[in-house]
Amino acid sequence: MIIKQISIFLENVAGRLAEVTKLLAKHEINIRAMTIADTADFGILRIVVDQPEKALKALRDGGFTAKTTEVLAVEVEDKPGGLARVMEIFQQTHVNIEYLYVSLEKNKDKAVVIFKVEDLKLGQKIVEEHGLGGTVSF
Amino acid sequence: MIWNPEAECMPPEQRRRLQLAHLKNLVERVYEKVPFYRKKFQQAGITPKDIRSLEDIQKIPFTTKDELRETYPYGLLAVPEAEIEEVHMSSGTTGTPVVDAYTKKDIDVWSESMARTLAMAGTTRNDIIQNAYGYGLFTGGLGVHYGAKLIGANIIPMSSGNTSKQILVMRDFKTTILTCTPSYSLFLAEAAKEEGIDIRSLSLKAGCFGAEPWSENMRKEIEEKLGLQAYDIYGLTEITGPGVSSECEMKNGLHINEDFFYPEVIDPETGKVLPDGAKGELVFTTLVKEGTPLLRYRTRDITFLFHDECPCGRTTVKMHRLFGRTDDMLIIRGVNVFPSQIEQILMAVEGTDPHYLIVVERGASHLDELEIMVEVEAKFFTDETRGLETIRSKIEHEIKSKLGISARIKLVEPKTIERSIGKAKRVIDKRKI
Repeated sequence: MIIKQISIFLENVAGRLAEVTKLLAKHEINIRAMTIADTADFGILRIVVDQPEKALKALRDGGFTAKTTEVLAVEVEDKPGGLARVMEIFQQTHVNIEYLYVSLEKNKDKAVVIFKVEDLKLGQKIVEEHGLGGTVSF
Repeated sequence: MIWNPEAECMPPEQRRRLQLAHLKNLVERVYEKVPFYRKKFQQAGITPKDIRSLEDIQKIPFTTKDELRETYPYGLLAVPEAEIEEVHMSSGTTGTPVVDAYTKKDIDVWSESMARTLAMAGTTRNDIIQNAYGYGLFTGGLGVHYGAKLIGANIIPMSSGNTSKQILVMRDFKTTILTCTPSYSLFLAEAAKEEGIDIRSLSLKAGCFGAEPWSENMRKEIEEKLGLQAYDIYGLTEITGPGVSSECEMKNGLHINEDFFYPEVIDPETGKVLPDGAKGELVFTTLVKEGTPLLRYRTRDITFLFHDECPCGRTTVKMHRLFGRTDDMLIIRGVNVFPSQIEQILMAVEGTDPHYLIVVERGASHLDELEIMVEVEAKFFTDETRGLETIRSKIEHEIKSKLGISARIKLVEPKTIERSIGKAKRVIDKRKI
């Protein structure tokens, strides 16, 4: 399924990440997945939370540059070869992946992996066709 | 040595008569040939006949850099275009260049001014001048070149950059006179050291350094590290380029070639002419220029004038080394840069009114380093580093191609840059000069 991810611009300065987590804690927002892409000078923190609209407003009010992006939450079997199967499907169906990271979500024995794909509609269609898109709680 | 004792050591009264004759001629020429000036005279209610003494120059309205931009390219031309033999230009505040067009005689005057400048640093026809000022539209390279030709010295037209070759040539051709920006001289010294060459043991005896602000402390450092006598030289494209004024061996103020370039210092607020010793904005009138003559041109440079009995024997008026500028122009590695130019580039790339801060430093390399901090706006922020890196390299590229300087762009979080009430603080200059 398609979910909302929040990206936040962070300078490579001590304590910036702590500011973000503190702010989210204050607004009682639960982080379900996160990853950081970094360069020498700055980083981009990407998070999936339980209340994206509230989180985005809190971050912007707190002076951060933040925006939402639509990404795919994909169910992957939590066993050897689980991710490989999904990747093979994406490869065969030409779903180009820009980046991916894992979440803390788990549906029974399935892990939830966050995919940013080039063509979201195509990605969603393939996920549905292959029964990878089950419901997630966020 | 004194290149032209007759002109440079002339009794001041005699020089004043000469200046007045030149001024009267200049005013008549421009009134007749340049509509821009005629209109100015008419608006001020004066005609060339009102200029009867040197003091009467104060009746003439000032000319500003903005007006040079508005009349681009040839609005100030006082001769038929066919008379122009060379054109130079420097960048203006908005990117429209400021033009100086030279006739044959203008090139002769420039050569003479630069021969005087080089001679003040001890240059004779036996010297080997290594000219590391840029050749091209910038006046530094060709200005030194013409002066050296007039003296008959051996001029090596290195132009700027290419540091390894500079050191090689300096060693193998036994350069005696170095001409470049003061910061580049220190950069050369460091680079030579890294290549295992003691630059002090080479043949250098003097350097003519200009095109950027420097200080007495920097002079000491240069003289110590390069083993030469360091002289401050001054000029600006609008007036002629280098050769407007320079230091003699006394290193106590810069002798102005006032038979060509008539100086005044004014209060930048009121426009009132200030007496000797009072700091203000330097103004020049190009007494003998044919191509693009300037009347009372406001340089925006801050200094004061003084008359002393210089032991060198020259009787020309002197100016103190520059104290700064009346505007926010920065000189980065000899290139004139206005914060407004950077702002325009940022706006063009981002499509938004940017919050930015320009930081200039002179680091371990001794060269000016420019860093521009730009706040990341929601409008151009993306979830991928690639997007931001693209914007960053685009800004760097635009600055390089439009302004001719390298800048490091640092993307910072919103509200990082201090907000001030009124005019924003756009520049932090950390250079210790």
